[in-house]
Amino acid sequence: MTATNWDPSQPILEIDHLSISFFTRLREIPAVMDFSCKVMAGEAMGLVGESGCGKSTVALAVMRDLGKNGRIVGGTIKFKGRDLTTMSDEELRHIRGKEIAMIYQEPMASLNPAMKIGKQLMEVPMIHEGVSADEARKRALEVVRDVRLPDPERMLNSFPHQLSGGQQQRIVIAMALMSKPSLLILDEPTTALDVTVEAAVVDLVKDLGEKYGTSMLFISHNLGLVLEVCDRLCVMYSGEAVETGSIVDVFNKMQHPYTQALFRSIPLPGADKNARPLIAIPGNFPLPHERPKGCNFGPRCSYFKAGQCDGGDIPMFAVAGDDRHETRCVRVGEIDWAAKPQVKAGAAKTAIGRTVLKMDDVKKYYEVSSGMFGGGLKKVVKANETLSFEAREGETLAIVGESGCGKSTFAKVLMGLETATGGKIMLYDRDIQNTPIEKRSTETVSGVQMVFQNPFDTLNPSMTVGRQIIRALEIFGEGANDAERRDRMLELLDLVKLPRAFADRMPRQLSGGQKQRVGIARAFAGGAKVVVADEPVSALDVSVQAAVTDLLMEIQRKNRTTLLFISHDLSIVRYLSDRVMVMYLGHVVEIGSTDQVFSPPYHPYTEALLSAVPIADTHVTKKHIVLEGEIPSAMNPPPGCPFQTRCRWKSKVPGGLCEKEVPPMRKVADGHEIKCHLPEAELATMEPVIQIAAE
Amino acid sequence: MLKFLIRRLAAMIFTALCITFVVFYLTNLPPNLEKVAKSEAGSRISDEEVQSWLEKNGHAQPLLKRYGEWLGVVPGWTRTDEAGAVTGRCIRPKTDPAEAPHYCGILQGDWGFSTVFREDVSKIIATRLGLTGLLMFWVMVTMVPLSLLIGVLAGMREGSRLDRTLSTFSIASTATPEYVSGVILIVVFASKLVGLQWFKGSANSAMDGLTFENFALPVATIVLYGTGYIARMTRASMTEVMTAQYIRTARLKGVSFASVVVKHALRNALIAPFTVIMLQFPWLLNGVVIVETLFNYKGFGWTLVSAAGNNDIQLLLGCSVVAVLVVLVTQLISDIGYVFLNPRIRIS
Amino acid sequence: MEPLAWGAILATVLRLFLPVWIALIATYALSIAFKRRLGLYGKLFDSTVGMIGFGFVMFWVFTALFAPMIETRDVLSQISQMKNVVPGTPIPDGSGHYLFGGDNLGRDVFSRMVAGSRIVIQIAPLATMFAFMVGVTLGLPAGYYGGFFDTGLSFLANLVLAFPVILLFYLLVTPEIVQTGLPQYIAVVLFILPLLFLLLLINSRYYVTPGFRNIVIAAVLVIGGWAYLSLVSEADTKIAVLPQALDLIHVPANILIVFVSVVFVNAPTVFRIVRGIVLDIKTRDYVSAAQTRGERPWYIMLWEILPNARGPLIVDFCLRIGYTTILLGTLGFFGLGLSPESPDWGSTINAGRKLLTIAPWPALVPAIALMSLVLGLNLLADGLREESLKD
Repeated sequence: MTATNWDPSQPILEIDHLSISFFTRLREIPAVMDFSCKVMAGEAMGLVGESGCGKSTVALAVMRDLGKNGRIVGGTIKFKGRDLTTMSDEELRHIRGKEIAMIYQEPMASLNPAMKIGKQLMEVPMIHEGVSADEARKRALEVVRDVRLPDPERMLNSFPHQLSGGQQQRIVIAMALMSKPSLLILDEPTTALDVTVEAAVVDLVKDLGEKYGTSMLFISHNLGLVLEVCDRLCVMYSGEAVETGSIVDVFNKMQHPYTQALFRSIPLPGADKNARPLIAIPGNFPLPHERPKGCNFGPRCSYFKAGQCDGGDIPMFAVAGDDRHETRCVRVGEIDWAAKPQVKAGAAKTAIGRTVLKMDDVKKYYEVSSGMFGGGLKKVVKANETLSFEAREGETLAIVGESGCGKSTFAKVLMGLETATGGKIMLYDRDIQNTPIEKRSTETVSGVQMVFQNPFDTLNPSMTVGRQIIRALEIFGEGANDAERRDRMLELLDLVKLPRAFADRMPRQLSGGQKQRVGIARAFAGGAKVVVADEPVSALDVSVQAAVTDLLMEIQRKNRTTLLFISHDLSIVRYLSDRVMVMYLGHVVEIGSTDQVFSPPYHPYTEALLSAVPIADTHVTKKHIVLEGEIPSAMNPPPGCPFQTRCRWKSKVPGGLCEKEVPPMRKVADGHEIKCHLPEAELATMEPVIQIAAE
Repeated sequence: MLKFLIRRLAAMIFTALCITFVVFYLTNLPPNLEKVAKSEAGSRISDEEVQSWLEKNGHAQPLLKRYGEWLGVVPGWTRTDEAGAVTGRCIRPKTDPAEAPHYCGILQGDWGFSTVFREDVSKIIATRLGLTGLLMFWVMVTMVPLSLLIGVLAGMREGSRLDRTLSTFSIASTATPEYVSGVILIVVFASKLVGLQWFKGSANSAMDGLTFENFALPVATIVLYGTGYIARMTRASMTEVMTAQYIRTARLKGVSFASVVVKHALRNALIAPFTVIMLQFPWLLNGVVIVETLFNYKGFGWTLVSAAGNNDIQLLLGCSVVAVLVVLVTQLISDIGYVFLNPRIRIS
Repeated sequence: MEPLAWGAILATVLRLFLPVWIALIATYALSIAFKRRLGLYGKLFDSTVGMIGFGFVMFWVFTALFAPMIETRDVLSQISQMKNVVPGTPIPDGSGHYLFGGDNLGRDVFSRMVAGSRIVIQIAPLATMFAFMVGVTLGLPAGYYGGFFDTGLSFLANLVLAFPVILLFYLLVTPEIVQTGLPQYIAVVLFILPLLFLLLLINSRYYVTPGFRNIVIAAVLVIGGWAYLSLVSEADTKIAVLPQALDLIHVPANILIVFVSVVFVNAPTVFRIVRGIVLDIKTRDYVSAAQTRGERPWYIMLWEILPNARGPLIVDFCLRIGYTTILLGTLGFFGLGLSPESPDWGSTINAGRKLLTIAPWPALVPAIALMSLVLGLNLLADGLREESLKD
């Protein structure tokens, strides 16, 4: 009914000078200002930016679902030539789900928990095309098959909670495709998923986009993902589009200081913590009501020129010679974009000292009773199996793995929150595997500390920052009296580069990165020898990640701390770690120096993991390996090798050994061990996953 | 599922035993027994006479044994006096002691004899419970749909004018306990003061024949207090569901607002209030007692009050057993119902 | 003297409440002026519902406070000609009017209502506070440790909750029970918990600086211990541990039993709420951080978890005072505990209900008073909840 007078050569979505504000009791908060973009038929447009930059607001504005407080205050959104901003609810209802479909971040939350999946899928064509239930069901089956889910019949009869996260997201995608929409909006569709699952979902989205000829608006904070999925992108900063253009133009010939700073702050292959450190963007993201005059990025920009940049509103400038490449920088013509960044003097590599921590064959089993109503069979969950490694003074050991790999359990056992089921943990010359934390000496406790993942959870919301650090000092027995401890606390704030005035602030007055710094200060309060950092930057914005990572490295260098860096992000691991340990379902599957792990021979899982990590560099070519299936549950691990259910090399092992026996840890080079049955000859045939083309 | 049921039932029986024991203990305290002795054997008897009366009637035994007898798991006491006449717990006056059963407690269906009403406790409770059941039935029939409707309408669009009006009504309703609303309703609708006199201020006649006139006020009084609570729970649950992402998914699928509410939100929103409604039963018991006293409707609650007021131990114990059973059974039903309503728990 | 018309009655009543109005206006003016600096209390003045609720509550609080200034007659004096008279009837000796009429014994309904507020405002918040102390002291470890301790306590809580409230009252609040001394034994257990709570609170935080800790603990032990002993100990009862001279707090046995039974009914619900919140908060990283730096369990419970549970607890506290008020009314309504001539609202409703269709005033006035207080508390809780959820 709508597509009649629309010319396919015209943009399918045309956003023109769009401004959106949220209205609170106190003031109007502009969320998006002067935003323009065009999406052509069959094109995939990426929308990139940090949290709070307004990218999701744009998506919701397209759906006209801004909630009670949000309002479009200017501009137009034209979909197939018709202005969405002036449409009635009834007209919108015909477009939503039929012409434009949306996919969100949390697949579980997006599905109705009390409705069978089949019914949720069938609803779409039944509403929009008035088809019969039988016809709708037939179509649902077809689409479920298209999103590569096994056993579609069973899927349709399931409730959402019976599916895994990856399967749920596939169902959400299927639901969006039920009426073959012409525009698909994806709002961080893979953020909640594990890396290997994410790779498979991204692959699917790309294929389906081509198959159905759907245009896409892909919202993400991950430049690597955008590179993989999109044809064009638009970089947003603080409510404005700052640069837009084709992927190749923006990635290789960026014309805005923010885009440039963003690329310089993410760990790309080739970056190195000592020789080529990341360049963090100084300062903080401005709050919506505290935006500066003129260029929003001005206060953090290294090219800032007073008078020119803070004069007034800055429009988008077209970049000559490129296809629809625009930038919001007044000085675009004056800056030498090709100039290499000024690298601050690289720090010397820290010498690796004696062994501080030694894990020997550590096991941690849990007993759980199965079944919701309890009283069922007791089951043993093997959270950690034969964990052995050493960590030395001043060394960074990265522990890599996806959910359920047992890294959190490992941290708990090391910290003494749980005791090990078997094996030995030696801290210097002390056995600590059987000593729960309340029995540990103050020295041991302050010697092993932890930095937590979620910055919004790491500080007690009802205690001042200073008080929390002082409490740690009190517990660790630092300082003779209150005055001494207060001085020590202020020094710690200096150490993590926070102003001393922060001592009297409450955590809610701090940004995520600042909270994480306080968390680091607290961990180092007792002069920790071993620090476990559990994904310390994964919840932070890209531009803040670099600064916090650098800080952690700097303190480590100064104190010669042993850092156990838990992460699922291989880019950052490659950047900062000396050695890497890869875990899968409670097993260490590979351990070695960073170079050894990142180059062949790999454990098949490491190989897949490397291929799955999106890299925001057009010069990098990756081998395409997509793992089938999901990560098995730790409650119900497969027999034999834990990875055998998803391994693409399994057929190369004779005699079905993989399904029968857990492979032994095998030394393939000095300090490099792999837990795999593959014969030497097969391992030798492995090719590097990541290759960097010469610039 | 079966295991869950068995475990729940076991816990329930254990709870019932604990509570009845506490009630038994509290009703059989020495001062209470003394009062019974005085009312049975004359109010001016001496302490020794009280003691001997207690001994004669089996009240001087250890507490646990008496509890066991009352429950019916310990053989009833027997006693042969100097004249050779055999008396005992299970031996009715003027019957042959040899034919009397050994056990006669709650479990055997022998609930004892009311000293106030001069009738078998089981018989009293059966008739009274029937009357109260009638009241409860009308209360539930009015209250549940009304409160769910209010809750859903209010929670459907949070912050709307409709929401504010209905929420204020709910809050006001929860602030009006039965003895307040009952008084106000009687004054407005049954007294000469306002002059409306539409209904009767007493439900005494309702025991013989229900009419709208004599039953509207008692039912309305209980409903008024209960509605607000359930409506608020429903509203809270509904507003939470309406902000859930899957509701947004449904809306952005092009589902109309009415369908979103009915098809997607309602079932999820009713899971929480269901438990609340079931747990309302024990709470309604309060209301029933107050209303039956206020309106002079001689149901279960009225019986409980008069049993407690007159130190009628057997009757009070019987009432307690029934009250506790009602509470526990509704808890069980609410647990099971919750599991059935919530597919997330059902299939696992 | 002439009987007063409705307008005159209203004017007189408004004039009598003058101290209350002044206090209310002062409270509001100060609070609104400084609302940005007063935290959650200040935010309350951003919400219309919250302000209205707070107004009702403070009205009764101030009324209780200034009751002797407002009352026009002695609450117990009876005038036989004034039985069941209508509002505004002049007193025969010309000393004034019965503003809200007279009750079945010829007492002044208005003065009794004002005096009744005193009883409610004294008992309800205090009893609720004790219920919270008990619920918190038990709910924290139950949620934090879990295991058998939790199972046991939860079972006990469910046991009390499965007791129909009325039955419990009828069983507990009787002269026979008072005779056995049972309420005092319960009080001995219940009232020790707040003291225990305070000691744990101090010790868990200051054990790292023993010198300071010892002084504070000693002070609390002496003062708190004396308060506790003098609260539970009562001359001529089974528990008379303190000598008469030191026993300064006298709680009549019938008030004590009312108090204990109300605490007893409320505590399990508070326990369940606290336990639920603890289960949620203990998974937070800051709790893990405290554990990994070797904090003791009670520090974590009292200083890391409890302060962050305050939002929902404050809201529930307001609601629960309302519920306690209703419970007190219920007790009065059944003539339990308090003496029949007591002017508390429940008892007056009970006394007035028998003649409701003929003389509604004696019951209607306290009924509306009780309703307005509970309504105020509910509105206040609603406003607090709304404001605490914002930002």
